[in-house]
Amino acid sequence: MYSVFFLLLFPALMAVLLLLVKNDKLRGVIVISGAIVIMAASVYVALEFLKDGTTYFNFESEMLDWFMLAVELILCAAVIYLGMKYKKYLASILSLVQAVFLVWFEITYAHEINVLNNLYIDQFSIIMILIIGVIGSLICIYSLGYMRDFQEHHVSEKDRRPWFFFLMFIFLSAMFGIVTSNNLMWFFFFWEVTTLCSFALIGFTKTEEAVKNSFKQIILNLVGGIALILAIIVLGTQYDVMEFDVLLRMDSNAMYVMLAVGLFSIAGITKAALMPFHSWLLGAMVAPTPTSALLHSSTMVKAGVFLILKLSPMYGNNVVGYMVMCIGGLTFLLASMAAISQSNAKRVLAYSTIANLGLIAACGAVGTYEALWAGMMILIFHAVTKSMLFLCVGTAEHHIGSRDIEDMDGLFSRMPKLSALMIIGISGMFLAPFGMLISKWAAMISFVNSENLVLITCICFGSAVTIFYWGKWLGKMVAVVANSKDVEESVHKEEWVVLGLLATLVIAICFSFPFISSEILSPYLLSVFGQPVNPIFATFGIAYVCVLLGMLALLVVVPIPFFNKTKKKVRNNYMCGVNNGDNQSYSGSMGMSVNVSMRNWYMEDWFGEDRINKIGLVLTTAIIIVAFVLILGGVTS
Amino acid sequence: MNVLYLVSMIGYIVLAPIFGLVLAGLDRKVSARMQRRVGPPVVQPYYDVRKLMEKDQVTVNKVQDFYVFCFLLFIVITGCIFFAGGDLLLVVFTLTLANVFLVLAAYSSNSPYSQVGAERELYQMMAYEPMVLLTMIGFYLAVGSFNVSDILNGDKMPIVTMVGIFVGFLFILTIKFRKSPFDLSMSHHAHQDIVKGVTTEFSGRTLAYVEIAHWYENIMLLGIVFLFFCNGTWWGYVIGVVVAAVSFFLETFIDNSFARMKWQVALKSSWVVSILFGLINVALLIWVF
Repeated sequence: MYSVFFLLLFPALMAVLLLLVKNDKLRGVIVISGAIVIMAASVYVALEFLKDGTTYFNFESEMLDWFMLAVELILCAAVIYLGMKYKKYLASILSLVQAVFLVWFEITYAHEINVLNNLYIDQFSIIMILIIGVIGSLICIYSLGYMRDFQEHHVSEKDRRPWFFFLMFIFLSAMFGIVTSNNLMWFFFFWEVTTLCSFALIGFTKTEEAVKNSFKQIILNLVGGIALILAIIVLGTQYDVMEFDVLLRMDSNAMYVMLAVGLFSIAGITKAALMPFHSWLLGAMVAPTPTSALLHSSTMVKAGVFLILKLSPMYGNNVVGYMVMCIGGLTFLLASMAAISQSNAKRVLAYSTIANLGLIAACGAVGTYEALWAGMMILIFHAVTKSMLFLCVGTAEHHIGSRDIEDMDGLFSRMPKLSALMIIGISGMFLAPFGMLISKWAAMISFVNSENLVLITCICFGSAVTIFYWGKWLGKMVAVVANSKDVEESVHKEEWVVLGLLATLVIAICFSFPFISSEILSPYLLSVFGQPVNPIFATFGIAYVCVLLGMLALLVVVPIPFFNKTKKKVRNNYMCGVNNGDNQSYSGSMGMSVNVSMRNWYMEDWFGEDRINKIGLVLTTAIIIVAFVLILGGVTS
Repeated sequence: MNVLYLVSMIGYIVLAPIFGLVLAGLDRKVSARMQRRVGPPVVQPYYDVRKLMEKDQVTVNKVQDFYVFCFLLFIVITGCIFFAGGDLLLVVFTLTLANVFLVLAAYSSNSPYSQVGAERELYQMMAYEPMVLLTMIGFYLAVGSFNVSDILNGDKMPIVTMVGIFVGFLFILTIKFRKSPFDLSMSHHAHQDIVKGVTTEFSGRTLAYVEIAHWYENIMLLGIVFLFFCNGTWWGYVIGVVVAAVSFFLETFIDNSFARMKWQVALKSSWVVSILFGLINVALLIWVF
């Protein structure tokens, strides 16, 4: 129990310390040692509780409840104030509404309800703790080098790094809280803290765009926050329930339970940036890249799908199940399409994140053990791979001066090591022997087994589209351009260490996924669904695991004999004119030298962002409205 | 049983290129006759590849050979999984991996014409992938298994409930066989290609590997056509082989009857076909059969 408390409190303590330290060297020491301690502690907690299965902690403190309420009200007040200051009154109003609900519920009902267990830990929380602890700490270490460059690029501005690291570490604490809270009011508290951290980090640079996007984030997430508090109020007033485990044992076909689950889903959907609320995640890309890696791809948005996966047994063939399935599936398909039209690397990553979160949510909503297995696997693989990709883009951006994919022409020649890592990351997102594909495969089987035509359509077409946008990016990366300068030397050491570790992790979890499945996921699925099947062996068979692992090994081994060794004569490209010898220009008619430039294919007419977003917005909003009308009308299945 | 699949896998590795080259030769012969020419000998593709093997070893960069080798390797692995009675979805995913290697080989040269080819190849993948996945899902719904071995020994002919999917699959087979009107990324007809599409910058042995990979790939694709007619009896297998052969020559016929269409048509038409034939058939399999 104390180890869990340590996880909750230690990062917060580090955060306060980092807020006070102004010296860069000292900060480095604190961040690295703090990150290592957090990593070690999360691994320790994982090992400690893995054997025990689900463990509850009946720790109680009235003081703590009041403290949380006070903090929440202070945060609400801060948002109201900032909303007034920047003339974003909608944010102020929403925050006020939320505060009113919160205080009303806290005073009238919450203290009457007896909460047995405030904290818990199970295999799913362990997975999340490992993701937050390991990846989160690595990203914090990476931020050291990144923020040093960042400060150099923004010399004229005040050094606000203490504030940055304060937010990052507070965020880690809050995330640990989200995945271990059994008390719904605690869950809500941590949930709001992460929203506020994200708000502050998006607005970190205080440029006009950053402020605008941070308010977009807070407004949409406050809608989710209000849905969350309403869900808690429904449960509290109707059933006197304020605990997760009790909720999960209730019958989801009762109207008020379904209403609560529906509201929880809305909260999850906003946090996970699924359509129609996805626009905040795109805006969030103005934040410093480590923030995007930590909050907006590997952890905070995962809290949204964590909630949905957690509620998985409540979904299935009922109204909320269909609602989340359709929204998740459509988000996967449409966000993948929109990714085609983007040339900004971070926006491509953002759309791909939205798409994958959609797929995870859809898996959760199917409500079968296979689908949940697939969803959890995608969650794990995506967290590792995507955070690495974000960090790679961040490093590339600081060294080639652009985050545009068009400028990554021949990155392989300019930053060979970084490109190798990026290639591993991109391949990891969509190609055969890597983890993401294995879990997408499982997702596909579970969709077919649940006989859901919408999801089958979305995954078939969505996968096809996915190949296109990753493929063309990968192509840009591998192009070999002559006479390019190596600009890799100035990359900070911390960045290399972290990127290397993440790449190792990407490969390592591919090799160890049978183990993750049998040791962590299966016991969890057994406790949730009561079916003692290890789906990975039931659906694929052990032979296929071997084939996949063999292919993976092959991909590691085959490049070796080819690496930079060839006896062939190297000749120039065909240019349909006399190549000037540098592969960059040719002699055209009248002896003029014509420069060659190549651009990627974006298909703006078909997959333009505005068009796709409009379709998504209309469809998903309609789905939500219909679902809630049905629930309130008493239709549940 | 396992030995049988091992034999068929080895048989595939050894025989597929032979059958593949004969088919390619017949394709050229038949095409020639359709155009009232005599045409080359049936084993002409073999002479072509042998000549490519003997050419001077020239390349545009040092990494291209690696990608092309991986293309060939994973095409062969795809076929091996298929002929060893393996999982159809695994076949699709491995095939995708192989094709991505071809695309990367073309991209790596950083040459304008091969990049056009590479992007078009990716575009074609986007066009046919949904139908391919729907086909595999159709098999699963009709027979109850993704395994080729189970479908082979199933007791009812998949085609009976999968007519729509079969039509859709034949449609995208035109793209996969690189036949006109959808030979956007690489064509065997010199008059309608942008230089030489994806293969612009390949030469000698590297180009020969690409040819051989196509032989392997074509046999595997015809294997999927064959699968539609398996019902565990000998006459089912015979029908399968006959229909596979017929559909190959149907593609040759289409190839010779159409000029290349605009690139927009490929995606639009194959997605419409995927929805109209594939998806509706899948819906029927779920709700009716």
